[in-house]
Amino acid sequence: MTPLYRKRLIVNRFNLVMSLATMGFGMTFLLWILWVLFANGFAALSPTLFTQMTPAPGSAGGLANAIYGSVTIVLVATFISTPIGILAGIYLAEYGKDHWVARVTRFINDILLSAPSIVIGLFVYTIYVAQVGHFSGWAGSCALALIAIPVVVRTTEDMLYLVPASLREAAVALGAPMWKVILKVTLRAVRSGVITGVLLAVARMSGETAPLLFTALNNQFWSANMNAPMANLPVVIFQFAMSPFEDWKSLAWAAALLITLTVLLINIVARTLFRQTAAGR
Amino acid sequence: MTATTATASLPMSAAHAARAEREPGPPAPRKGAPPWQDLLFERTTMFFALFVLLTLVGILGALAWASIPAFQKFGLGFFVTNVWNPVTMNFGALAPIYGTLVTSIIALLIGVPVSFGIAIFLTEMCPVILKRPLGTAVELLAAVPSIIYGMWGLFVFAPIFGDYIQPALTKVLGDLWILGPLFRGAPNGIGVLSAGVILSIMVIPFIASVMRDVFETVPPVLKESAYGIGATTWEVVANVVLPYTKVGVIGGIMLGLGRALGETMAVTFVIGNAYRISASLFEPGNSIASALANEFNEASDPVHRASLFALGLVLFLLTFIVLTCSRLMLAQLAKGEGRKT
Repeated sequence: MTPLYRKRLIVNRFNLVMSLATMGFGMTFLLWILWVLFANGFAALSPTLFTQMTPAPGSAGGLANAIYGSVTIVLVATFISTPIGILAGIYLAEYGKDHWVARVTRFINDILLSAPSIVIGLFVYTIYVAQVGHFSGWAGSCALALIAIPVVVRTTEDMLYLVPASLREAAVALGAPMWKVILKVTLRAVRSGVITGVLLAVARMSGETAPLLFTALNNQFWSANMNAPMANLPVVIFQFAMSPFEDWKSLAWAAALLITLTVLLINIVARTLFRQTAAGR
Repeated sequence: MTATTATASLPMSAAHAARAEREPGPPAPRKGAPPWQDLLFERTTMFFALFVLLTLVGILGALAWASIPAFQKFGLGFFVTNVWNPVTMNFGALAPIYGTLVTSIIALLIGVPVSFGIAIFLTEMCPVILKRPLGTAVELLAAVPSIIYGMWGLFVFAPIFGDYIQPALTKVLGDLWILGPLFRGAPNGIGVLSAGVILSIMVIPFIASVMRDVFETVPPVLKESAYGIGATTWEVVANVVLPYTKVGVIGGIMLGLGRALGETMAVTFVIGNAYRISASLFEPGNSIASALANEFNEASDPVHRASLFALGLVLFLLTFIVLTCSRLMLAQLAKGEGRKT
């Protein structure tokens, strides 16, 4: 073996081993984080979590109000963002295409997709919270909806491109008006893909903390009033984890475990669903 | 209604795949479906598309408007002054801007090589059976909420980092000529460097999945030709895959940078929240996002609040520019792909 060959072989081996090592590096952190989360979270998990309110420092309690608040805020945000996102996605894929409005919107949507969520929180604070003068669950839902819309727009548009033209043409040939073609044929054909997008958006919203800090804030007590500050898991984690009290810290770990499990579960369900859509096509 | 009127208006193109050619013609008018329905539906969808557009304009406008008092009081000096004192009402954005940039640069320095390695592993080395599970695992790393990284960083990572890794860094790098001072100081685990390291773990999945996707756009023929003349896997990656996807790779890195700049909760937990620009990376600092998360709700004075809005505006403009570059580059790659194949 000539020195040149040996050198090439060694360089190749070295780089491939490094590549393997980076993969290991990434997986180590994923497993490490999950392990820490499970170890601390399961220790703090108990049935009272779901029945008692967030406690004052130094006393025992649960997360019932925060769980309820999180679920409500995310649900409302989903109901706001889904129709807006789907309709905007329909415009981009079915009407706008290469029109300048569609091209600019597509671009801006991609940017909003990774815009810093804390800035969205500031925005909703300025136009809503500062105007009405108090924090509220509604404001939290608005902020989360603004984060979810780009996700739904993007997936809806991508999914609609998968529908073969012959399907639309067949429907139009039968005399259906465009809006019926889109809503009853095209959109229905990619239903599970669009649902995947909505699920991914829900997963993204469930873990968001920064926008809720300035909008929904927190509430130590049970409150079903969306027009008042509302407890929610992410902000509770932020407050409790930063506190010096052991009770609060263990509740924060339990809340962290609940959120992560929910987010990962939704993600896996969405992926499975999407794979089925893609496979059926 | 006759069949001819309906079919005559249809462009019967054979190309199903190409987007531009997939326009069904306007529907034939008929009884029971007045034309205003279609127009109404089209306008409704267009309204919501414009809504997305206006959100961006609205964010920029609202932040600029809310930060006016700060600029009136401090002028452009706001960006280059290193002071943050709510008592004397004197604010300057230099320290948070510095913290944001430094943590993001650290994140990229660690994150880019690792993401590159992961992308190469997933596209060139990974056995087919493992491709999907490992790819999903990397993406799940992106799905873990940022506050979880923050808790893990504060309670688990920072103590270990301060006890073992920081002293080791001081020992190895502390005596270097220019870089030395960066790695000297009290190893307490909380600070700019820890924030950067945790950010790097958070941006890895974003950069790695973009890189993997663009690596997969390389036509197999190109790679096979290189293997055919005897190139090693590494030579194929360095001389065929990388040049072909250069623009996309840079686009992916910029996307990661955009994420790192705006990341809030994880940084807030470990950066130490001090308005300071220190020579050492071990010292606590502050980023724009963490300053906002920590202070916004406590700020009652209008100037204090306006200064925080101005910080938000800076952050948004920064990420906007970075993400725009990223999208333009990725779009350019997609265009080139259509031309070459």
